[in-house]
Amino acid sequence: MLKLDAESLYAELRQGVRALLADGTRPDAVLVGIWSGGAWLAERLQRDLSLPGTHGVISSTLHRDDFGARGLAAGTDATALPFAIEGRHIVLVDDVLYTGRTIRAVVNELFDFGRPASVTLAVLIDRGGRELPIAAAFAAARLAVPASQRLRLARADDGGFSFAVTQAH
Amino acid sequence: MLMRRNPQLNAHGELIHLLSIEGLPKAVLTQILDTAGTFLSVNDRDVKKVPLLRGKSVFNLFFENSTRTRTTFEIAAKRLSADVINLDIAKSSTAKGESLLDTIANLSAMHADMFIVRHAESGAPYLIAQHVAPHVHVVNAGDGRHAHPTQGLLDMYTIRHYKKDFSNLSVAIVGDIVHSRVARSDIHALTTLGVPEIRAVGPKTLVPGDLAGMGVRVCHDMAEGIRGADVIIMLRLQNERMSGAMLPSAGEFFKSYGLTPEKLALAKADAIVMHPGPINRGVEIDSAVADGAHSVILPQVTFGIAVRMAVMSTIAGNQA
Repeated sequence: MLKLDAESLYAELRQGVRALLADGTRPDAVLVGIWSGGAWLAERLQRDLSLPGTHGVISSTLHRDDFGARGLAAGTDATALPFAIEGRHIVLVDDVLYTGRTIRAVVNELFDFGRPASVTLAVLIDRGGRELPIAAAFAAARLAVPASQRLRLARADDGGFSFAVTQAH
Repeated sequence: MLMRRNPQLNAHGELIHLLSIEGLPKAVLTQILDTAGTFLSVNDRDVKKVPLLRGKSVFNLFFENSTRTRTTFEIAAKRLSADVINLDIAKSSTAKGESLLDTIANLSAMHADMFIVRHAESGAPYLIAQHVAPHVHVVNAGDGRHAHPTQGLLDMYTIRHYKKDFSNLSVAIVGDIVHSRVARSDIHALTTLGVPEIRAVGPKTLVPGDLAGMGVRVCHDMAEGIRGADVIIMLRLQNERMSGAMLPSAGEFFKSYGLTPEKLALAKADAIVMHPGPINRGVEIDSAVADGAHSVILPQVTFGIAVRMAVMSTIAGNQA
């Protein structure tokens, strides 16, 4: 079974996001984490990079394309954006980039709040398997993970990250 | 033992129609309230619309008059991107003698995906739910004296919003309980969500003693009924009942059971006052209370839209 060191991947991601924010093309960019793994990452990046204000959290729930088959997921993963989106450079953060369908949904969700100046994607792992024309500007790791395996970020009580790899069913 | 499945739930226990709160598990109620919280925040967006019911047709079938409920269902369906068709059924085919099920069959042939039904006969939404195709969902928007489940849920949302937790509350429901489908839905919902004390307050003609069988405390004295209450739900005194022998007069009722600032002072200092509307000022509620600091009557209306969005999107996402 696949072994991944989430903490060292996070250190890579931190460097990558720092570079995206500093390259001069995204003045006053803000971090928006995709619920739930991406939101944990954004929260820690916000702190570790000493960024002002609070990170945003975005949920794909209201724009998912599998609503007809799966219905509404239980639980409340509400979008919370503590800043205006209109004209803003957005750096989206997520744990795993796979089919691209979640990214499509959250980009639509984002546009319900205004017209951002740009949207950039940074992820811990790009596992391949794309079904939409979507790409990450930064991925701490790019590796092919078979469709039979499910990859999820977990957060311990002390805030440390790890990856749970399970068999998909 | 032969168990008959609740017609509102599919084989996985998921909600496919909303016909009554009675018999629904706590988890189903809680999930709707949680989902409503998500939809409430849609009001803060530039685009106050989400695409969950895009391409679906929702038919508002009101066999009985309603302004508020029909309008909030319409707004809720439109916020979910559904196409909404309002049928003023009293003036249409039913008046020409068409049966209820023939009306439903014809509207189904027009590719209806959901029916929102209000009917003077208790049980009409059940009859419709039994006869629609598997992909069609039915919401009861009030049937006779039986149930008004979305009002019950929006009342629960309101209580949870202001009181956070159901487990220590005293809730007084005041007025014409016997004719009220709202009271019935509220009592079932409060019981399921674990409210320890529910009081039914009103005159003997409108609050019969056998209500105690529903697990409520019956109070014919208003002061006793609202003393120490956290939540007071006032019901509309239906004018059409005033002509009968049930009540002496509206003025007489107000004197005994109308909610005035003096009577409200008997409740907890942070008590909230609710009313399903439309309110009759000076009959069941004094203007000073209806417009006062304890009143949450208008927030109830706003929450009602989010709760109806939650109900419609929940049932539309579940397969029969």
